[in-house]
Amino acid sequence: MPELGKYATAIFSAWGLSLGALALLIGISWVQSRRARRALDAAEARQNARKEALNGRTS
Amino acid sequence: MNKFWEFANPVKFMAWSGKVLPALVVLTALTLGVGLFWGFFFTPEAQNFGSTVKIIYVHVPSATMAINIWAMMLVTSLIWLVRRHHVSALAAKAAAPIGLTMTVIALITGMIWGQPMWGTWWAWDPRLTSFLVLFLFYLGYMALWAAVEDPDTAADLTSVLSIVGSVFAVLSRYAVNFWNQGLHQGASLSMDAEEHVADVYWQPLVISLVGFGLLFLTLVLLRTRTEIRLRRLHALETRERMADA
Repeated sequence: MPELGKYATAIFSAWGLSLGALALLIGISWVQSRRARRALDAAEARQNARKEALNGRTS
Repeated sequence: MNKFWEFANPVKFMAWSGKVLPALVVLTALTLGVGLFWGFFFTPEAQNFGSTVKIIYVHVPSATMAINIWAMMLVTSLIWLVRRHHVSALAAKAAAPIGLTMTVIALITGMIWGQPMWGTWWAWDPRLTSFLVLFLFYLGYMALWAAVEDPDTAADLTSVLSIVGSVFAVLSRYAVNFWNQGLHQGASLSMDAEEHVADVYWQPLVISLVGFGLLFLTLVLLRTRTEIRLRRLHALETRERMADA
């Protein structure tokens, strides 16, 4: 660990807040991406099922 | 040139960005890890700043990205206004929260750095003030996207806002040069070797800057993919509702 002297609190809080904010941004982006992917997969599955049901009725 | 615009096709964008993302994640982690680790653990105290010089590795890259992300939003917004490419409008929308986070980091680390160096957390200095206005523009931009229901209208309005906000993005970058006053020092990085920080700080700083740039690229691709999926989801749900009616 480097010797930070009297500025240790300032340095740690600046780095801690920065890395925390970046981690939060990455986490939120990742969760939103997974949620959107799951919701879209489910909607596409519903659409395919609907299409198949419609084809079954017409044939 | 037409080949280039094909990348903006949502299906093609999803295909190539899906292939590029894993490699980009690894490259970002490596670059950011090396830059920040080097900057924190292996740089000496500065004569004028003491050990607070270590804040430079999070402050300067985030401030640089805050301005550059708005510039990217301006370009993609102009592409939307001129060529009506949906992916470009969605990329601008996806970039805004990243830009906002970078602006917040730059402002907060600047305040934390300013307190021991200038004896104050805040001063109505040209660069600090223009950064605060840039922060408000980011908030306004995101609020406008959220407030307007029709996505094309929202893209139009936010594009205009991004053009207006660009004045402040430029101001944030050159405020120190425009007004030769205030507490904030000049550029830490410059093409002029005599102007920028000493090599011992400059080398890890450049790597951190590249790392922040790659992090932005990774996140903007990930978030644009999310926006494209949400747009497709919205279309499917609308179709479902119409079929049920």
